[in-house]
Amino acid sequence: METKPRLLSILDGVTVLLLIAATGMVFLYAPEEAVMGQVQKVFYFHVAAGWVGMLGFLAAAISGIAFLRTGDRKWDIASLASVEIGMAFAFINVVTGSIWARPIWNTWWTWDPRLTTATIMMLIYAAYLMLRSGIEDPDRRARFGAIYAIVGFISVPLTFFSARLFRTIHPVVIGANQPGSEGTFDMTPMMLQTFLFSLLTFSIIFADLLWHRIRLGSLQEKVEQLKLKLNV
Amino acid sequence: MPNYPSEAQNLIKEGIPRSRSLSFGYFRALWAIVWKDLAAELRSRELLSAMLVFALLVILIFNFALELDARTRSNVTAGVLWATFAFAGTLGLNRSMAMEKDRGCLDGLLLAPVDRSAIYFGKALSNLFFMLIVEVIVLPVYSVLYNLNLFNPGLMIVILLGSIGYVAVGTLLSSMAVQTRTRDVLLPILLFPVVIPVFIASVKASSGFLQGLEMAEIWPWLNLLVVYDLIFTAVAFMVFDYVVDE
Amino acid sequence: MIEVRRLVKRFGLKTVLRDLNFQVDSGEFVALLGPNGAGKTTFLRILSSLSRPAMGDVRIAGFRLPGQAAAVRHILGVVSHQPLLYGDLTAEENLQFYGKMYGVPGLERRVAEVLELVGLTARRHDLVRTFSRGMQQRLAIGRAVLHDPEVMLFDEPHTGLDQDASLMLDNVLREVAARGRTVVMTSHDLARAADLASRFDVLSRGRIVASTKRSETPPDQLLGFYRQAVAEPAGGSRQAESQMANESQEA
Repeated sequence: METKPRLLSILDGVTVLLLIAATGMVFLYAPEEAVMGQVQKVFYFHVAAGWVGMLGFLAAAISGIAFLRTGDRKWDIASLASVEIGMAFAFINVVTGSIWARPIWNTWWTWDPRLTTATIMMLIYAAYLMLRSGIEDPDRRARFGAIYAIVGFISVPLTFFSARLFRTIHPVVIGANQPGSEGTFDMTPMMLQTFLFSLLTFSIIFADLLWHRIRLGSLQEKVEQLKLKLNV
Repeated sequence: MPNYPSEAQNLIKEGIPRSRSLSFGYFRALWAIVWKDLAAELRSRELLSAMLVFALLVILIFNFALELDARTRSNVTAGVLWATFAFAGTLGLNRSMAMEKDRGCLDGLLLAPVDRSAIYFGKALSNLFFMLIVEVIVLPVYSVLYNLNLFNPGLMIVILLGSIGYVAVGTLLSSMAVQTRTRDVLLPILLFPVVIPVFIASVKASSGFLQGLEMAEIWPWLNLLVVYDLIFTAVAFMVFDYVVDE
Repeated sequence: MIEVRRLVKRFGLKTVLRDLNFQVDSGEFVALLGPNGAGKTTFLRILSSLSRPAMGDVRIAGFRLPGQAAAVRHILGVVSHQPLLYGDLTAEENLQFYGKMYGVPGLERRVAEVLELVGLTARRHDLVRTFSRGMQQRLAIGRAVLHDPEVMLFDEPHTGLDQDASLMLDNVLREVAARGRTVVMTSHDLARAADLASRFDVLSRGRIVASTKRSETPPDQLLGFYRQAVAEPAGGSRQAESQMANESQEA
């Protein structure tokens, strides 16, 4: 029986600590924004979640390429894990965006490029999972999943650019010189630190969850193998 | 060397035929596939009639769904047209691949001594032809129904570029979808999120041409279409082998 | 002509072919027998380059599969239980299509020849979807010999055919084999196979468990030979058990 590797346990602890610290920073350290008030604090976790969503997609595409090249099943498990976790974070991203939008712009939803692209990304994730569930043969499932992860990933920047050629009301915090972008705010150094720390925390959370999920996948495969041996 | 029959001996002496190269054999096979699809369709007309009828039904539904009075009509035309093409397109893509899968014909294609990409390009080209045929018929019908002049060369170019992008990705994804349990239902779910850039750019560019906007405003969209077409044709070409090799 | 050494094929975690060895000399007609699920179709798919081996060495005419698959396809003719024909095209058009795919020279003449060979010249302008199963199967063989391959693989070609159609098929098969081609045919039908083949191999549980030549085993003893080969002796299952015990110790 395999026990949880020591390093993973340490990572678990580190993750929890970072999360507590990040939450503390958001509520206690970062100053309140002049115009938007408390609600603006959603921003830290909102962007971090969005970042992890994209990271998940990137990881899925890279694992996909690795699987097609090597045929090693662990890359397939990694790809699936990345998509599942990325999807969860993309969902958090969209929901926190909604929470932020409501008091600021008096609307639950805006069809602006970032939000639209994030939603489309979630739909691609969902399609990936549906594709996999419709295939019996594990090898084919892995191959097709890898292909779709690659195709999906490449389409996202193109989707973003095409959505961006539309007007936007999404706050453009980084690169706020764009005309027509309302609702921006400049970040003070303390805000910047909180922001970067949140980014780091969420990235570590992603790595931690990914490791756990990959482990789960490997153990599942071992169980399947043992089942087959007992049947034969 | 062992006593192999003559043809095999020739192959051993002359080396392996480089069917990967863009030789005459490659193109001959490619055109054979296109010709085969067109000839079969000419006989049965199943695919085209299904696509056409469906397209007209979609336009009908839009007619009741949207307030297409004279003023809003010109704004909305591009969108309605492209939504129609997108939906009718999935029908064509599905049927085209299902034909190969059902009688095991895909194996027949894979047994032939040609590079797999010839199969991809052959199917993609015939899919493109079918889509263009449907579009060419829908345009005049729409013109008549709504008393609009749609004979615009710019529009034709956009339709060509958009269809290429749609079919490039669609052929690849339908070759995967056709091998799953949920087959027909799965293709739009896989295809639409990935093909959104084509949709947006085609609608904006078409709209631009129809409303007579400045070329400067339309160029970015055309660029986007060309970039998308190039990128995804290349990606599909590289990745198709993995779809069919077991 | 065909050399297979230690072939392994898995589907996911299930091993379908294990350590399979198989050899066919040029000109032999081998009937591959075996129970359902033994892996006959999988094996044939690997030989026809449609499927990749997980491990092992597969060579046809000296070319390695899957690396040199492109070369092998030129000299391979395959008939599976699906006809691999386009229903909306005529018999002639189907052959013309495949002729172009294989780069067959003198196509018109060759297509006429093949139609004559399989006895479908009268129906050459008819759509394949109007053909009976037997006619489709004959046309499928025509498609397979169009490019004059050296090696032919048949996967249970008699499936779904009535007596008359089977007889016609046998005639075609004999003519095809008479040209000195190497043939591997999987079959459920012992009687038919006994009539056509020069060698009989039995594939059971993922490997070749028995092989005999026509000269060694007369047709009436073939059934006994097959039954004996398929019924794994007690020693076999004991071997499987001890293998499992070893593996669970490692886990």
